[in-house]
Amino acid sequence: MVLTVNGERREVEAGNVAALLEALGYEGSFFAVAVNQEVVRRAKWADTPLAEGDSVEILTPRQGG
Amino acid sequence: MNLYGQEVASRLLIGTALYPSPAVMEAALKASGAEIVTVSLRREAGGGRAGDSFWRIIQSLGVKVLPNTAGCRTVKEAVTTAELARELFGTPWIKLEVIGDDETLQPDVVALVEAAGILIRDGFEVFPYTTEDATVANRLVDAGCRVVMPWASPIGSGQGITNRAALQTLRARLPDITLIVDAGLGAPSHAAAALELGYDGVLLNTAIAKADDPVGMARAFALAVEAGRAGYEAGLMPPRDFASPSTPVVGTPFWHAAG
Repeated sequence: MVLTVNGERREVEAGNVAALLEALGYEGSFFAVAVNQEVVRRAKWADTPLAEGDSVEILTPRQGG
Repeated sequence: MNLYGQEVASRLLIGTALYPSPAVMEAALKASGAEIVTVSLRREAGGGRAGDSFWRIIQSLGVKVLPNTAGCRTVKEAVTTAELARELFGTPWIKLEVIGDDETLQPDVVALVEAAGILIRDGFEVFPYTTEDATVANRLVDAGCRVVMPWASPIGSGQGITNRAALQTLRARLPDITLIVDAGLGAPSHAAAALELGYDGVLLNTAIAKADDPVGMARAFALAVEAGRAGYEAGLMPPRDFASPSTPVVGTPFWHAAG
């Protein structure tokens, strides 16, 4: 399945958000995730299915002004 | 100062970006005495590890976090980023930035007011980064903002307060709103000037992070903020057009002796 993850095309086999994070090697849970510009709450990661062409943003805390 | 019902002792809020190293950032944040620091959300390429060490430092400092929507250019981007920030940091606070011009980084105040309204209806406590325009500030207050953050001058410019009269008007028109000067402060004296005008606090980043000695500059800003506030509370004398001697005239030696 081809997804856009943080702006890059990725070929990943992952049926839901939790599986995608695992497949991409994200450890822990300190991320915020949006699928097609809608926030997916942490509690819903495992229940949120992904479909071909979905755009996923995975964000972490960073320096800011 | 009161921020949506929370009392905060330090009137200095500082950013966490642009420091020469994480160690210097940590030392500068400590030296500033700031209780609130701004952070952002960004894409993580390295499997979540690069942002990890930064976040561990922030957590170890025990400060309150004010996430921003830096870089957002539309209402939708800003609202979604705010929702992501609330999800990640577990705070209703959001420093709302909607940029309208890539060169000046001037806020898009029309989009800002709209986004602020949407977020406040959704339970956020919004800290809007805006211009010194009093009508825009009133619209933000109408939308439910209890904190308004006008710029002193463009972000990162270090010019200090370029429209003092407008900031003064804003303070007079919004006596019950927490006003924080955000952006454009370059020197400790600029921060002191904002506090002397009756502003509740200042938010800055570049002036500290890009100083030769960020830790020393953080301390300097902390002192300036304290001095400015103390001066405001003590009541500044009104400026006069003419000179007025401070030493008593009566009893001056040789007074009227030359006639």
